[in-house]
Amino acid sequence: MANKITAWDRVTMARDLNRPTALDYIENIFDDFIELHGDRLSKDDKSIVCGLATLNNQTYTIIAEQKGRNTKENIERNFGMPNPESYRKALRFMKQAEKFKRPIITFVDTKGAYPGIEAEERGQGEAIARNLMEMSQLKVPIIVFVIGEGSSGGALAIAVGDHIVMLENAIYSILSPEGFASILWKDGSRAKEAAEIMKLTAKDLYDFNVIDKIINEPKGGAQNDLKKVSEDIKKEILVSTKKLTKIKEEELVELRYKKFRNMGEYITL
Amino acid sequence: MIVDKIKKRELPQKNKKTNIDIPIGKWVKCTKCKEIIYREHLRSNLNICPNCGHYFRMHINKRLELITDEGTYKKFDLNIETTNPLNIEEYPKKMKALREKTDLPEAVTAGTAKINGEDVVLCIMDSGFLMGSMGVVVGEKITYAIEQAIKLKLPIIIFSVSGGARMQEGIMSLMQMAKTSAAIAKLNKEGLLYISVLTDPTYGGVTASFASLGDIILSEPEAMIGFAGPRVIEQTIKQELPEGFQTAEFLLEHGFIDKIVERKDMKNFLHKLIVMHKKKGSE
Repeated sequence: MANKITAWDRVTMARDLNRPTALDYIENIFDDFIELHGDRLSKDDKSIVCGLATLNNQTYTIIAEQKGRNTKENIERNFGMPNPESYRKALRFMKQAEKFKRPIITFVDTKGAYPGIEAEERGQGEAIARNLMEMSQLKVPIIVFVIGEGSSGGALAIAVGDHIVMLENAIYSILSPEGFASILWKDGSRAKEAAEIMKLTAKDLYDFNVIDKIINEPKGGAQNDLKKVSEDIKKEILVSTKKLTKIKEEELVELRYKKFRNMGEYITL
Repeated sequence: MIVDKIKKRELPQKNKKTNIDIPIGKWVKCTKCKEIIYREHLRSNLNICPNCGHYFRMHINKRLELITDEGTYKKFDLNIETTNPLNIEEYPKKMKALREKTDLPEAVTAGTAKINGEDVVLCIMDSGFLMGSMGVVVGEKITYAIEQAIKLKLPIIIFSVSGGARMQEGIMSLMQMAKTSAAIAKLNKEGLLYISVLTDPTYGGVTASFASLGDIILSEPEAMIGFAGPRVIEQTIKQELPEGFQTAEFLLEHGFIDKIVERKDMKNFLHKLIVMHKKKGSE
């Protein structure tokens, strides 16, 4: 049955406007959540939500890419496409998590980092690069949930974690299928075809060892049973927190380094 | 990962307009001033247009000649090839054709060399190879080079030129961004110098990883550098981009590179930086 769902179907489901957003899950999973704002440099960019949450007496730092749930919200959230200020805000909270020795939970859901004039002027590339570098050395556990679209460096910038989980109908890719088709075949309209070869589904990424776990969704998508999916994410948070907090700091960092170091096979001639 | 339409600066080898009896391939047209230039003049002028000073792109071998002391470059023994993770039928054929055309195994070379007598680890990318895009092999070579710099306690210099992450290897290309950036973090812990040199064009996943993480970031004049490609930005914001947008000069003004260095001065400038980073009293 699951075999009949094409990669493009998953793309459509991952982008469904009714699909739960990060804040929907956060409300359902945690006992308490306080959103905190700003990158301390220039702005509070709202495509990434940061804050503190508690679950079973453990405090977590939350970093979440947030799409709008309607047009008004989408404008506020810039359609979930972060500017550099969002990545710098995320980094501020990651460093804070390290200071207070609490685990980090990130929720990935973006079409990609925002391609705009100001974003370039303020160093979009630098902001993403710095997060990749800094995340690789953070001395606290990082648990990543790809809940919708995980597209390009804009997704990866909050996804260098110890335990990476994907929802069954989420996608994770180098670029949107439209962008991929446009670069490879000079024809963005071949997105559907691109999706089928890109290996962007949870199953593909699990087989590639890019992710560690898949959380199943109800038929038709996560929106059909938000409570159940939230409950499953919560379980995953609790289990992996328990496991990861037992590992010594230096070992945790070394394991994370190896995890990404080993990504990508090649043939030795 | 985004740049597909950065204008090709080096034109195809034929020049239809010329009516002088000179073999095809000996002339190129400068994309900036449109002047027809004798290829040999371009070559002897460091691939810079003798008419307007425009910088043409450079083959790895030419760059090595320019930057390293003669005969000192030793390539790392790392002969690897892509597994074609997305099983794209044309990809291995394309790679084979490119290897023959460019006389390079991949879009980057990595090894050790001397610069005015100073030992360094050096990586140089090449735009002639799928626009210098980063797939697993490029990511692995860069990471390996950074790890060798740590092992050998040497400074590392990376010359970037890239359209970004390589589409043909999908998500595995994306992961090379994390891999290379994590290696730079390790290098930093060891207190070693990393000089990133950006050349035309540097975009996408390369800008958003190791290229932006140098202790010192240099660029050649007028190089185009950014995260998103100009066409993607124009399509998103539905307006034309301002003059000079995403040039090295633009980045310098916005605080994202340390200095623009001319091609003719690059070797001596790198040498100066390396010497200035040597620990005092260590000798």
